[in-house]
Formats: sequence, C-alpha cells, structure tokens
Amino acid sequence: MIYDFFYNLTGSVIISGTVVALLPLFAFILPFALFAVLLERKVAGHMQDRLGPMRVGYHGILQTVADIIKLIQKEDIIAKDNDKLFFNIAPVLTFAGSYAAFAVIPFSSIFLGADIDLGIFYVIAVTGLVVAGILMAGWASNNKYSLLGAMRSAAQIVSYEIPTILIVLSIVMLTGTMSLYDLSENQTAYFWNWNIFGGPNLDIQKFLLIPFMLIGFIIIYISTLAEVNRTPFDIPEAESELVSGYHTEYSGMKFAMFFLAEYANMFAVSAILVILFFGGYQSPLGYLGNTLNIPWLIPIEQFFWFIFKGIFFVFVQMWLRWTLPRLRVDQLMTASWKYLIPIAFVNLLIIGVISLI
Amino acid sequence: MSVRTEEMVLNMGPQHPSTHGVLRLELTLDGEIITKVVPHIGYLHRCFEKHCEVMTYPQIIPYTDRMDYLAAMGNEFGYVIAVEKLLGIQVPERVEYIRVIMAELQRIASHLVAIGTYGADIGAFTPFLYCFRDRERILNLFEITCGARLLYNYIWIGGLSHDLHPDFIRLTKEFIREFKPNLKELNNLLTFNKIFIDRTANVGILPLETAINFGITGPMLRASGLKWDLRKDDTYSVYNKFDFNIPVGDGRMGTVGDSWDRYFVRVLEMEESLKIIEQAIEQIPDGDVTAAIPKRIKPPVGHIYSRVENPRGELGYFIISDGSTSPFRVKVRAPSFVNLQIMDELCRGHLVADVIAILGSVDIVLGEVDR
Repeated sequence: MIYDFFYNLTGSVIISGTVVALLPLFAFILPFALFAVLLERKVAGHMQDRLGPMRVGYHGILQTVADIIKLIQKEDIIAKDNDKLFFNIAPVLTFAGSYAAFAVIPFSSIFLGADIDLGIFYVIAVTGLVVAGILMAGWASNNKYSLLGAMRSAAQIVSYEIPTILIVLSIVMLTGTMSLYDLSENQTAYFWNWNIFGGPNLDIQKFLLIPFMLIGFIIIYISTLAEVNRTPFDIPEAESELVSGYHTEYSGMKFAMFFLAEYANMFAVSAILVILFFGGYQSPLGYLGNTLNIPWLIPIEQFFWFIFKGIFFVFVQMWLRWTLPRLRVDQLMTASWKYLIPIAFVNLLIIGVISLI
Repeated sequence: MSVRTEEMVLNMGPQHPSTHGVLRLELTLDGEIITKVVPHIGYLHRCFEKHCEVMTYPQIIPYTDRMDYLAAMGNEFGYVIAVEKLLGIQVPERVEYIRVIMAELQRIASHLVAIGTYGADIGAFTPFLYCFRDRERILNLFEITCGARLLYNYIWIGGLSHDLHPDFIRLTKEFIREFKPNLKELNNLLTFNKIFIDRTANVGILPLETAINFGITGPMLRASGLKWDLRKDDTYSVYNKFDFNIPVGDGRMGTVGDSWDRYFVRVLEMEESLKIIEQAIEQIPDGDVTAAIPKRIKPPVGHIYSRVENPRGELGYFIISDGSTSPFRVKVRAPSFVNLQIMDELCRGHLVADVIAILGSVDIVLGEVDR
C-alpha cells in the first residue's frame, strides 16, 4: 500500500501518515473540484445552447482557478447575530465529512489510504457528519431561509440513507465483505464480472441476480442523488424558494468549503456506486500492462478506469440537474418512504433468497 | 399533551430570486404550511398616472411601454386605440395589420418569458434558456422594425413610427417555421415532465366563480374554464378577420384551474398567436403607415374606457379629456395588479414551495402592478 511505500521512504510514521492523509486532498479532491465545477458549467452551457465560460484561458479552462482566487480574496462576513462558534465550525465539519470518506476509497490497487474491514460502513457513518454540518450552518446563520433549508436537508438525508443502506446491505450479503478493497478485487478482470452483471461467479445465480442488481442500482443512484442534494432533490438549497438554503449567509472561503464539499461528495458517492456495482478500479477489458508485461502500468490503468467511471456518474448527475425540475418536500418524502424503501426491502429479500440457491 | 407551536413570519422579497421583480410577500407559516400571504407592492411605483396629466398625448406612449415591460407593444396598442376612439379617427388597414402582427409577436415573447421563468421557479433551468433563445429572435424582429428591443415607442396615434423593414416578412416566416419544433421540444422537456406535473397539477386551484369575483382576466381566467378573450368577445382592430381558437383549461393533469392549466393555456396561446401572425402576413395590404397621423392631437371634451387583451389579461385605459393637449386623467386597469389579489386565496394551506409555483403561474410584471 501507499502508506508502506512512504514509510519505507522516510522511516517516520508521522511524515508518511501526513502525506497519505493529504494526498487525496491535493492529488485528487482539489483538482477534481476545480475540474468538476468547470465541467458542470460547460455541460450546463452546452445543454442550454450556449458556450459556458470562454474567457479565462483556452475555452475557459482556468475559470474555476480565477473563481477560487476571487473567493479567497473576499471578505469573510459574519453577521452580528450569528452564533459564531457553530457558524465557523459548520463548513469545516461539512467538508471533513465528505473528505474523510476518501480515506478508504481505493483509487487503484495500491493508491488506498486505509484498507479497513468496515470500509463501506465507515463511509456511510462519516458522510453522516455532513448533516450535522448543514444543520449547524442553518441554525447558526440565524436566517429563516437557512433554517428551513437545514431542516429540509436533515429530513431528506436521513430518509434517503435507509434505501442506500438497504442496497449496500444486499451487496455486502452477497459478497460477504465490507472492505471496499476486497469488493473491488472481487470483481476482477472483465466487465461481466461486475456486480451489476451478477458478480464473478458463473452459475445460474448470476443470471437470476442481474435484474435485481439493476433495480438496486437505480434505487441507490436515486438515493445518493438525494444525499448529495443534487437535482431533482436539491430542495435544501432550492434557489428559487430558499435563496440558497443553508449556505445563504456564507461568503468567501467558508462558502468555498461548502462548495468544495458538495463536489467532493458528488465524487464520493459516485465512487461508492462504482465500487459496489461497476467493478471499482477494475478495467472492463483487461489490462494493457498484462499484455505488454509491464507490471507498473497496471495501477496507473486502474487509476484511470476508476476516475473515468467516477466522472461518468458525476456527469450523469450534472445531466440530470440540467434536465429535471425539482420535487417538493412532501413528494420527496413520499418517493423515499412509499416507493424506494419498500422496493429496496423486497429487493434485499429476493437477493437473499437467490444467494441461497 | 400538546406542544406549543408558534407561527413564523417569513419575508419573501423584495430581493428574492423568484418574486419576478420587487414584490414583497409576507408569509405566515405554520411549519412549512402557509396560513396567510400579504403582498406588499409599490417598490416600482413611478407615478405613471399622475405623470400623464402633464404630458401631451403622444408623449405618453413611451411611458406606457414601461408598465408591462415584457409586453410593451400591447400597452402601446391599448393606449393608442383609446386615444384614437377619443379622437374619432380611422387608421389605414395596413397599420392595423402591422399592429396585430406586433402585438401577437409580443404575446409570444411575453408568454415565453412567463413559461421560461416558471420552469426556472420549479427548478428546471434549461427550458428557461431555450425560451429566452426564441424570445431573442422576436426581439431581433422588433429591432429591425423600430430599432428598440424592449421599449419600442412604435405604435403611434393614427399610425406607426416606421413601416416594416423589407426583410421583416421573410424573417418572420423563418421564425415561425423554426419556432414550431422548438415549442414541441419545450413540451417534451417541461410541460409533460412527470416532476413538473407533480409540482403544478392540483396546486393553487382557482375555481371559475372565485376568478370572476376577483376580476381575474387573461390566461388565468381562461385556465379556470371560461372562454373569454377580448380579441373575440369585444373585438378590436382587425382581429375579427382571423381564424383562431381560444384555449381554455380542461384540467387534463388535475383539476380545472390549477397551476398546470394556467401554464398550459399560455403554451396553447402561443400556437394560436402563430396562426394569427401567419394569416396576417398573408393578407397584409399595401399602404402608407404614417398617412393618418394627426398633426395636432387635441381630443374633444369627454371620456373613454377602452380595453385590449394583453398577454396578462384585460388592459384597460380610462382617459378623461378636458379638450387640451394633455389628458385630464388617465387610469390604467393593469391585469397583473388585479390578478395579484388572488395570491392569499390561492396559497392558503399550501407549502412554501407552492407559493413559488403559484406566483409564477399568476405571472405578474411588477412594472405594471406598481406603475
């Protein structure tokens, strides 16, 4: 693993630990957020028959860098009646919640912060911190719109965690592991070994599983959309109703923290989907490194495939955002409690029965 | 055991993205449920009616533009018709045709804004830009005609400021041809979207009787099921020469008179306007558009109430003349202002998110509400 590599290099636990902890942030999350914001604006632009950012750099590729510089320079406004402690903690907590999830995500077979046995459980637990951050932000802002947004957000995320967990449970039941690394390694070689196509074994079970895996994938995709507050579930920050929900009062870098957390979260949930259903970092078509007999090429290929798949699902999230209108609060709850949760339960039962065959 | 709950007062606007201008809504909320809505208006008050008393009749035309700034041609049209009736003059046939073409193009442009912003209110941002893209082409047509894109001062008393541009007919035909598929695309993208229907159907139901009692006019009244359109029922200009339908709400997705009906009536009206424009372009006669413009406008003592069907409803002008070159009094019956009264009635018992959906379907322009 990457930790051992740095430990052997430096011989110090502290240095190698720090490097491993910061690596996803600087090697991945920040560049990804910069790229994703630009991608979002470009996708939106082209879908809406316009060009999107064009001025800063070639076709606007430096636009988000310019935006970040602007945000850093901005005044950090704290209103008189804000609860200062919570107001300051909230963006950090929200960002920490989504950042911590990256600790266990295997980007490739060697680029992995920590291979803990309860990987998927850990991810679900730490992303729960985001709710706390959002609630804090809404409360501490002392603004009615923020409060309404935060309340909606808490209700929404709690409701949609249930179908997510039920689907995760069915995968865990089937594979017998919670480690994200093992989950990825299980679905090795070609794409028909991915969980969405029934997993790596090749008997009758595999073919029985395919339709239920598809249903499970659709449910978990909808639920994760709701968990990261993306359209059609962007009710907590519904700009046409609540101005911008829980982060209405934030400016400057604190706003940037929320923004960064949102995009980090988008990738985190896409990564979880990829690991659960689409083979994690595994290549769909075998490795060039194996064919050419160059072993060090394989992790690079794996990294590429992981990012590629992750960004594809992020792209789908953007696509949906610029196509669909927004649900109403009660409709959102109906969708989760009346449809997704019962279907997820039945799906779990059926997958359980199939796995006994 | 009962838990003590308090009602919350939420101030929506005047700086709020979905109040369509500077409207302030004072919402009283029980949780997220509306118990009372009080609209506060006047942030855009410009003393239009008082101002009219110190200006000559032609000088007022540019100020009428600034009332319903999304349908400036319609405002001019209504005012000019009122003054012409007061003066008792006839205008050439060609002028009437051009006025109708302009008014109907303006109706499409105005409905495009209404529909696009309504989509944006509901959360679908892409249809908004599609609508504005098409509206842009209509504004280009206006620009080649009179040089202005928003506030035209084009329709004058007794005539028009310019004749049509030589390319106008060709470009309008081109626009109509290309706009029809876009309308179909808009319907696929937004009108029949499941989420959009869920958000708008059965929301803010306006029964016909309530609508009549409140004096609601325009697409809102028609969505409640009454076939009432001044272009047919109290015809003016040359509208009686064209063949077009009056779409009414039929409760296809929910109940008659809900927000979806109000939205869809506007979509259908755009199609009818296209029909009128097509016919008008075919029949348009030759002539001089400035021939009948009087040199000195000094109506005889008297008063007149004249009304036209604007995109938002019945736009009426009540003008009292004391025989001088400027009116003694001008009173405008602004459709948005009258339609806005219904907000409290429609919103009670709905959620905060529905206020946005209802306000968007009422389709107000604050320039006209406040004048």
